Amino acid sequence: MYSKGFRPIAIATVLLTAVAFGLVFFYAPLDGDQGFIQKIFYVHVPMAIVALCGFVAGGIMAIKHLRTGDRSWDMRSYVAIHLSIILGTGVLITGAIWAKASWGHWWLWDEPVLVSFLIVFLLYCVYYPLRFSIEDRDRQARYSSVFAIAAGAFVPINFVAVRLAEQITHPRVLSQTGGSLPGEMRLTFLVCLVAMTLLFVTLWKLELTSKQASMQLKRLRGRLELRAEERAAMQASR
Amino acid sequence: MPPALPLDEAGQYVAGAYVVFLLLILIYVAIIGAKVARIQRQVSELLELTEEDGPEEGRSPSVHARPDAESQHQTAGLEAPRR
Repeated sequence: MYSKGFRPIAIATVLLTAVAFGLVFFYAPLDGDQGFIQKIFYVHVPMAIVALCGFVAGGIMAIKHLRTGDRSWDMRSYVAIHLSIILGTGVLITGAIWAKASWGHWWLWDEPVLVSFLIVFLLYCVYYPLRFSIEDRDRQARYSSVFAIAAGAFVPINFVAVRLAEQITHPRVLSQTGGSLPGEMRLTFLVCLVAMTLLFVTLWKLELTSKQASMQLKRLRGRLELRAEERAAMQASR
Repeated sequence: MPPALPLDEAGQYVAGAYVVFLLLILIYVAIIGAKVARIQRQVSELLELTEEDGPEEGRSPSVHARPDAESQHQTAGLEAPRR
């Protein structure tokens, strides 16, 4: 079910990621202010955008689950959030590296962009203990969906709030005047963003396929065990 | 705005950031790969069991001729791969 179209997407991801890396290091010009260190921008910002969109997508899939009662939507939502957490970890680490190189500090607590992203990240870290502390599968799916919707709604609100806050150190990449990237840099950034999105979709499909296979295997094993027990009972009764 | 870092120093930070990204993806893919390999192993174990079971299904009289041996074998076989 989930593996449909996996191969072309995976191939496109590998090719586009290679092209994106090529553009970053051989095509995009050096930034006038930051020099070579600005190359981190092409991995850090797309990762942050895709992670935040993944959280929102997880919320939308959770809505689908609550509306339809189809547990596969809960699984989709869970995998989207799981992947976004992984990308979020990458955003925090690459951001800290960039901050150290650019501002001389690993972290700045008075910068709204950094702190708000950390709050969103920590909020979603709560998703795991919430989900796995519930044993009943239906309740687990329902409660996780409610959490995913509430947290997913928080992400855009948080994004807007940060845009409205005073800019201290961190630049606003998607600001109203943010179209100031030179043509080569913008093209490189867009290719990186598409490559990151494709990577997310590929890994999402990969994990869903693996989870589905695992569940099918469990069901099959259960059926075989049941059949073996029935046969044993029949033989014992003879 | 502080002046840009020299290329050799900036290169270390840039390499660090890209290595972190690649490592995250590689570790993730490796974990999923290990899970898929485990599923594949379990599928082949189940397949072996059903193949052993298959021919006997077709000739049910002989199955009933050796009931204890077969049921013990099946139960043991099914429980062994459970993790």
